[in-house]
Amino acid sequence: MIGALLAAPTALVTDNWWDIRDLSNLSGAILDLIEDAGGPGWLTYVVGALLGTLGIVSFIGGVAIINIWIERRVVGRMQSRLGPNRVGPFGLLQPVADAIKLMQKEVLQPRVADGLVFTVAPIAFTVPGIALLAVIPWGRNMVLADLDVGIVFLFAMSSLAALAVFIGGYGSNNKYALFGSMRVIAMLVTYEIPIVLSLLGVVMFAGSMNLNQIVLFQADNWLFLIMLQPLAFLIYFLSSSAELNRTPADLAEAESEIAGGYHVEYSGMKFGLYYAAELINAVAVSTIIATVFLGGWWLYKIDEIVPGWMIVIGKIYAVYFVFIWTRGTLPRFRIDQLLAFAWKWMTPMAIINILLVAGEVVLWEETGWSAGLLLPLYIAINGAMTAVLIVAWVRVMAPKFQRYPDRPRMYDGIDVPSLPAPASIGPTAPGAAPARRATV
Amino acid sequence: MAIKSDLVEVNIGPQHPSTHGVFRMVAIIDGERIVDVKMVVGYLHRSMEKLAEERTYTQNIPFTDRMDYLAAMTGNLGYVLSVEKLAGVEVPERAQYLRTIFAELQRIASHEMATGAFINDCGAWQTPVMWCFRDREKVLDLFEMVCGARITTNYMRIGGVAFDIPDEFLPALDRLINDDLPRRFEELEQLIVGNEIILMRARDVGIVTPELAINASLSGPMIRSAGIAWDIRKADPYCVYDRVNFDIPVGYNGDSYDRMVIRIEEMKQSLRIIRQCMSDLPAGPHKVDVPLALRPPAGEAYSRVESPKGELGFYVVSDGSSAPYRWHVRPPSLINLTVLREMTVGQTIADAIVTLGSIDINVGEVDR
Repeated sequence: MIGALLAAPTALVTDNWWDIRDLSNLSGAILDLIEDAGGPGWLTYVVGALLGTLGIVSFIGGVAIINIWIERRVVGRMQSRLGPNRVGPFGLLQPVADAIKLMQKEVLQPRVADGLVFTVAPIAFTVPGIALLAVIPWGRNMVLADLDVGIVFLFAMSSLAALAVFIGGYGSNNKYALFGSMRVIAMLVTYEIPIVLSLLGVVMFAGSMNLNQIVLFQADNWLFLIMLQPLAFLIYFLSSSAELNRTPADLAEAESEIAGGYHVEYSGMKFGLYYAAELINAVAVSTIIATVFLGGWWLYKIDEIVPGWMIVIGKIYAVYFVFIWTRGTLPRFRIDQLLAFAWKWMTPMAIINILLVAGEVVLWEETGWSAGLLLPLYIAINGAMTAVLIVAWVRVMAPKFQRYPDRPRMYDGIDVPSLPAPASIGPTAPGAAPARRATV
Repeated sequence: MAIKSDLVEVNIGPQHPSTHGVFRMVAIIDGERIVDVKMVVGYLHRSMEKLAEERTYTQNIPFTDRMDYLAAMTGNLGYVLSVEKLAGVEVPERAQYLRTIFAELQRIASHEMATGAFINDCGAWQTPVMWCFRDREKVLDLFEMVCGARITTNYMRIGGVAFDIPDEFLPALDRLINDDLPRRFEELEQLIVGNEIILMRARDVGIVTPELAINASLSGPMIRSAGIAWDIRKADPYCVYDRVNFDIPVGYNGDSYDRMVIRIEEMKQSLRIIRQCMSDLPAGPHKVDVPLALRPPAGEAYSRVESPKGELGFYVVSDGSSAPYRWHVRPPSLINLTVLREMTVGQTIADAIVTLGSIDINVGEVDR
């Protein structure tokens, strides 16, 4: 067996050498090698899992490092400054320098903090974002855990991250951290609903909760689910950006209000872990969007030339760019506004979307008309429905603050309007309202 | 709707990203709703008013830089105006125009800072504040060109200004106010004016009623947001403000959003004033000779200018010696801050931060 492993470089060459670019072939070849060498069945099983885990963990490790640089550079461009450019070529080593600095710093823990929870929280925050990637298909045959309930697994993992944030903030025993934690729980309770409802429409169309099946549905029908489900995409994108704690919904850390929120007491590498986990979670959500709405590893005919995992990563970063873009542009909501946005806008719209999808799916199955006929029709209907719903909701539900114009009035001279009689002003009023009117 | 919970006391500041310095706000909160606010000021107290009694009138000018360090020029101007009033110094025409130009440039710089910081308080992740800083830097470059300093300019002198402008100043100013800044203001407005989230965050937040504004003697954008067109430049003109045309932007509702757009509009009006001053700028001396140890006759004088924050007044009492007998400053930041409690009680913490940002305090000036 060992001899066979040593001969691996030659044995790995499959029919065509370039098939190795599809990493599943590479791992498949390694597993074949083990089987051929007479390795026991459980060894294949363990090695296969290890290989997949290694791939995902190394991917996410690289992501955590490089995304700090990407995010800071992209936002820097948006803010008409350079971003990190001192350490290494183009500042590429800046995240490494940051990590070294964070590791050198003392990890402080408040005396009143709950030690166990305080320590576990950053780890518990990081793990779900990584675990979530296990069910993502990175290529046609390239998925670590081919779960039939992949979507449910995604929901479970994305909720866990919010729970970790909550215990971290609660365990710090700090008032600001407590605000952050409470906001996280409010947002978790609220935003899980539109997230689940929006992905439900996708599941109904694809007919499966298996993410590979969802990608295959898109490949078979030659479309991206974002075309069939634009409303669900918008809802999922906005809700998940709320769950990710990114501007415009970064209420849990809200630096300008509660000074960092749940991670206000964290320092050193524990803080670094939070920081990295935020990027990891952002990538995880981008991955879900890329897989579910943007076709995953499938990209028309291109996926026959370019390896699937490259296409997935390309799509992930396209989505991630939009996340950076919103972060660089928008201010933050207030907590009541954000919750109202979920309950009054996104949840009802998601329910309407599901009803529509249910009707369409039933029509498709009952009539048996061809997908080539029905799907373009559905794309048109759902697109129009999205536009109509959004416009209608804006008409009905728009906030009532717009009774004043956006711009101030202009006066050429002093004008002090006559005020109500002093009695209505209150006990601190001066003897008479100063009705000065000077002309200039 | 209202679920009562235990009242919690939260210290917002003195070390907080959004208190703009070392201002402390002790908020009693019920959930996230503010029940009561206590303001604690004085962390940056440097006893300038007392120190000034030991120094000559000219030596006191740098103190005014360090009061409102985001608007040093208008601080300088207010102080030298009061001493000139006390000593009866006539200021040459050219100096008057230069003072107006620099006061308005300073207004642009200060309002840029205020607007950017306000949007940051609303939760934007640094983009507007970076854009505003970029534009402010351009203005500070001009300050550096003329007096060597960017922030603490120390440019105005009793009887004029310290230096005449260099030859390259006017072309640079022309480029800035006719090309760069109008374009940048356009960009900034596209980003923030009428932005839905900013409207949601700032409209109807931190309302000042006209009655409250007058009773609390507010000034600057605070009183103008309440719908009262009150501007010292119009009401009690100094320098050459009675010779230039400009409008006062006035808000509707007295809320934070009004104050933000008023500041943006005021920056545009400042450009208008600077354009007129540039075309009218006369030749002549930039300064009259005043003895370094000026001894004004015994008496008192109060003069006020419209600083970017509001009415900045200087009250100087002379006993005939070379140092003021008493020097008192009317700091607009402090007086505008006095209504914070009325503005924030009943709002959430997030609103209180937005409200505080819209007041545009400068703790250097609050505490002096």
